[in-house]
Amino acid sequence: MELLWDGYIEPLVWIVAKILAIVVPLLVAVAYLTYAERKVIGAIQLRKGPNVVGPFGLLQPLADGLKLFLKETIIPTSANKGVFVIAPMLTFILAIIAWAVIPFDEGMVLADLNVGILYLFAISSLGVYGIVMAGWASNSKYAFLGALRSGAQMVSYEISIGLIIISVLLTTGSLNLSDIVRGQIGGVWEWNFIYHFPMFIVFIVSILAETNRAPFDLPEAEAELVSGYNVDYSAMTFALFFLGEYANMILMSGLAAVLFLGGWSAPLPFLDFIPGAIWFILKICFVLFIFLWVRATFPRYRYDQLMRLGWKIFLPLSFAWVMLVATFLVVFDKVPA
Amino acid sequence: MVVQALAFYLFATIAVLSATAVVTVRNPVHSVLLLILTFFNAAGLFVLLGAEFLAMLLVVVYVGAVAVLFMFVVMMLDINFVEMRQGFLNYLPIGVLIAVVLFVELAFVGAGWTLTDGTVAVLAQPTPVGVNNVEALGQLIYTDYAYIFQSAGLVLLVAMIGAIVLTLRHREGVRRQKISEQIKRTRADTLEVKKVPVGRGI
Repeated sequence: MELLWDGYIEPLVWIVAKILAIVVPLLVAVAYLTYAERKVIGAIQLRKGPNVVGPFGLLQPLADGLKLFLKETIIPTSANKGVFVIAPMLTFILAIIAWAVIPFDEGMVLADLNVGILYLFAISSLGVYGIVMAGWASNSKYAFLGALRSGAQMVSYEISIGLIIISVLLTTGSLNLSDIVRGQIGGVWEWNFIYHFPMFIVFIVSILAETNRAPFDLPEAEAELVSGYNVDYSAMTFALFFLGEYANMILMSGLAAVLFLGGWSAPLPFLDFIPGAIWFILKICFVLFIFLWVRATFPRYRYDQLMRLGWKIFLPLSFAWVMLVATFLVVFDKVPA
Repeated sequence: MVVQALAFYLFATIAVLSATAVVTVRNPVHSVLLLILTFFNAAGLFVLLGAEFLAMLLVVVYVGAVAVLFMFVVMMLDINFVEMRQGFLNYLPIGVLIAVVLFVELAFVGAGWTLTDGTVAVLAQPTPVGVNNVEALGQLIYTDYAYIFQSAGLVLLVAMIGAIVLTLRHREGVRRQKISEQIKRTRADTLEVKKVPVGRGI
């Protein structure tokens, strides 16, 4: 009995508690990201944004969530029912499980995988399935076109993201996310975005495309495709897509923070007394703000321009950077052990 | 160990079941989705073996790229399911013949395989002691067998060039956007501000 408790049940309880400690704040963050988005875009467009429900409209995301929760889930008769229902779940689950390897502070990580960055890359490359399945299962032209666009877009930009990750890994010498952050501790001048500056910019643009955000939100271009792949979804199934998309935004911001902005490390050595998790969250917020800022500033790309940018500009550029970094490391004998 | 055994049986069962379903379900899109499930469980088995790098590569390459292309092609085909089942009886004898040949071959391989004493110990460690997965694989590919690996890459490059050459066509009269030319335009090239007198126009 004791063996059962010590060996199985206690670790199980612990791991569930840890998972909840990540997922619950994440979902709250998603809710308030939508609020922040509306407030920020409102401010940029000289509007007020949500200000009716609760003080400063702070309860608006909860009201929106409740509304989606209470509505009826409609499944179109011509839809492929199984796939139609699985697709939003898949999107949501993938957006959540990727958080398992993100280090919030020294040692504060659910699973300190040796191949953490590859795990993240693998999970984010699966994101396309949720969307493609939804588009196909809806059995509708708009949804299908949105899904095709989204699939092509995510596959194209994943390549440049992969190459950028490779060039960061070359200078770090580890696939472990905690090790990547440890290589950047010691102040803002140690952070990767200084050494890989052009790639930092390319990475930010690529994650905009990867998460289907403006100005690359072609999959849901509301002017042409109504709302793209999720046009036939309602209530909770739609809410799951929505949560998944925003959780993915936060995830990609976290990845940018880990790879380029020093993860949990303080920007100046004497600021070390502030807990690392707070720095990490601040950095995520900074990248998220860029997401919102870009959305309010740039017009949408045309599809061929998007493909041109991905394949003809970012791909050669990131390839050249990998070559440059590798050559530099070998010539100056700085290859990390 | 119990958990690992349970996980192994879970992954193995789902892998076998979904692999069977890939060839038996009628809808080809469902086939592709089940194929992805099979890949996933194979990746889970790799993790149990201690080969987590291979597991992640399996997911990134096969699930994240190859299966997406499958899915694209299959989704866009307009497939007539009734017609597809018509030829079933015609092809049955050949199919059965091939299956029997493959099965007999597999049986021969399995029967002729004996494990020596040292093998089990080697099987339990996928990598040499003290070297992690990534390093072990890197040693093999980039140090021990670098030339063979490079020539395999060249073969793939030739195949890729071949595919591009076969499908590349230049159509006449296509007007493409030349972004560099657009950027080079200045205000002097395109804009002229004129004072328009009232009642006369230009």
